[in-house]
Amino acid sequence: MTREVFSNIGLSLLFTLLIGNYVVDLEASHHVYERLSQSTNTESPSVNQRYRTGFHFQPPKNWMNDPNGPMIYKGIYHLFYQWNPKGAVWGNIVWAHSTSTDLINWEPHPPAIFPSEPFDINGCWSGSVTILPNGKPVILYTGIDPKNQQVQNIAEPKNISDPYLREWTKSTLNPLMAPDAVNGINASSFRDPTTAWLGQDKKWRVIIGSKINRRGLAITYTSKDFLKWEKSPEPLHYDDGSGMWECPDFFPVTRSGSKGVETSSFGEPNEIKHVLKVSLDDTKHDYYTIGTYDRVKDKFVPDSGFKMDGTAPRYDYGKYYASKTFYDSAKSRRILWGWTNESSSVDDDVEKGWSGIQTIPRKIWLDRSGKQLIQWPVREVKGLRTKEVKNLRNEVLKSGSRLEVSGVTAAQADVEVLFKVRGLEKADVIDPSWTDPQLICSQMNVSVKSSFGPFGLMVLASKNLEEYTSVYFRIFKARQNSGKFVVVMCSDQSRSSLEEDNDKTTYGAFVDINPYKPIPLRALIDHSVVESFGGKGRACITSRVYPKLAIGKSSHLFAFNYGSQSVDVLNLNAWSMNSAQIS
Amino acid sequence: MKMIKMMMMMMIMAMVVGVALGNIVDTTCKQTPDYTLCLSLLRSDPRSSSADTVGLGLILVDKIKALGTETLGQINAAYKTKPMLKRALDECNQRYKTIVDVDVHTAITAIKGNPKFAEGAVVDAGVEASVCEGGFPKGQSPLTGLTQRMGKICDVTRAIIRMLL
Repeated sequence: MTREVFSNIGLSLLFTLLIGNYVVDLEASHHVYERLSQSTNTESPSVNQRYRTGFHFQPPKNWMNDPNGPMIYKGIYHLFYQWNPKGAVWGNIVWAHSTSTDLINWEPHPPAIFPSEPFDINGCWSGSVTILPNGKPVILYTGIDPKNQQVQNIAEPKNISDPYLREWTKSTLNPLMAPDAVNGINASSFRDPTTAWLGQDKKWRVIIGSKINRRGLAITYTSKDFLKWEKSPEPLHYDDGSGMWECPDFFPVTRSGSKGVETSSFGEPNEIKHVLKVSLDDTKHDYYTIGTYDRVKDKFVPDSGFKMDGTAPRYDYGKYYASKTFYDSAKSRRILWGWTNESSSVDDDVEKGWSGIQTIPRKIWLDRSGKQLIQWPVREVKGLRTKEVKNLRNEVLKSGSRLEVSGVTAAQADVEVLFKVRGLEKADVIDPSWTDPQLICSQMNVSVKSSFGPFGLMVLASKNLEEYTSVYFRIFKARQNSGKFVVVMCSDQSRSSLEEDNDKTTYGAFVDINPYKPIPLRALIDHSVVESFGGKGRACITSRVYPKLAIGKSSHLFAFNYGSQSVDVLNLNAWSMNSAQIS
Repeated sequence: MKMIKMMMMMMIMAMVVGVALGNIVDTTCKQTPDYTLCLSLLRSDPRSSSADTVGLGLILVDKIKALGTETLGQINAAYKTKPMLKRALDECNQRYKTIVDVDVHTAITAIKGNPKFAEGAVVDAGVEASVCEGGFPKGQSPLTGLTQRMGKICDVTRAIIRMLL
């Protein structure tokens, strides 16, 4: 027996020696994460997870906010995101990391960037990836230093031949950009570096969000080698009164067609326009302006009618923030990611153990009018559509009617519907003071009858409509004898749940479409999120709802028309959606 | 004589500075929904005389924490005096623990560098208090004064944090 014990010990020691040989010295930078992961329960919360999504990206647990550094590298899509390893509220932020081959199914990896050096010891906040001309991706991100100042750092892949780019190293030159007495940058308002672009002079440019009092601005830095950066005397753009500019994004779009172009692209205004986007701290919305990039002065010039403040158009008129685009070189498209936070209370979030989702990535391009961007869920999401589909054709929705769309999993579905209205001369005239679609929608709920509208969908509805979320249109004449119309799209969450503590704000948007033509509406429904697209991506509204009755099999889907004129449903398709591997 | 002149100048300067700093509290509170409440909360804390906007916000977050803690004490006491309200008290207990342990912590962590998360936390504190109050049958809440006060303090705190956005 003693011999057995000795040989067991001997084998164990040998084993340990062998393992010890192959487990390489952990870099200092990994020790922090090891401690973090040991201290947190790695099990997914399992109790009562009725609100977790089936196909929207979210980590297994805890808090997530901004999408960071999205990119494609060697055919694999990467998403990093702000994540709290310790809980379901913001804090202790690291760059979590997942990869995908189709933007829909994701494989998680260990966090790529987490506090480890003075230049990020108090936080690794948002940033972007730039693909260098030699094909290597580098990350610029905001670190919080020991004095809680916001600085910009660089990280690059440790092993460029790892297709998953799991490990990243930080330069000893960090921070590359920091507030100081000379540049006068506000140390608590200097964050979110964008993807850099190459200027005509072969110098790199990057912009970082900032503010000076109430002036929001995009501070420009230039560099020849991507390591030594110089602050430009003037910002790329600014606006007085808009407050802090978070998560700026600056990218070119083709004047016509829906293809994307590489971030450093440039051309004449009949070929290439530029888009500047900011997230406004003040209003918690994302806004964009379309304009031209003056390469000589390094300035963004908005087209007439655009002002980079709260009056600018939004990507999404619901819960949508900190969005960021990247150029998908594999499919020649520009893709937009956006964070949607919870509309539940913090108490609920702590109880369910998670908070925050990403919307389905959207392809984004300039409308042929040049006046707005169009967004549409990437076509890969259609791969989740099952054969279980309900199709309706040429149904008339009389005034006051509701039509159930049965036979699909109403809590996890993709619905596309095409409406047609007739007799538009009967449309109500819009009150000229109604200039805010959100107010129009919140002051006129579905029980308020217009000639045309409300008509649309009731989603995540309970059988007897104790709970429902309605996504619908109203059509108004612009003026009494006008041939022009105003189409309003609403997402009404006011009856979405019997739960009292949810944020049930109603959302609304104008849809720039001709109501003489068929009116399209698409909704991606996924347990606690509804992404609605009106006019084939001309108006997008994302909302979060937490029904108590309309869950799982008890969730229903209706088309409805409570306006006084009847509405035709030319075509309606509803697919049950498979679940994706989201984490 | 020169000495006295110097001392007088210094005194006057100190007074001017003191008045100016005191005015920061005044001008800040004027931009909140409840000027009187704001003044009384801030002036009761000696730190307010030399605080910037972040500092004033932190003082008020402290008040939220203190009031939340006090309310938790009252909830505890109410279990004995009003056992028939156990269910509503349980809900309040949970909600107020979220205020004191989670919302306050988030607000303190975020207020300087990422104030929108501090704003969200303070708004949530008001929601939690409101939900707690709403859980009692009408007229039977033993906490009404406290939950209403929490709502008011959260409104004032939110207004100050919004100045940082």
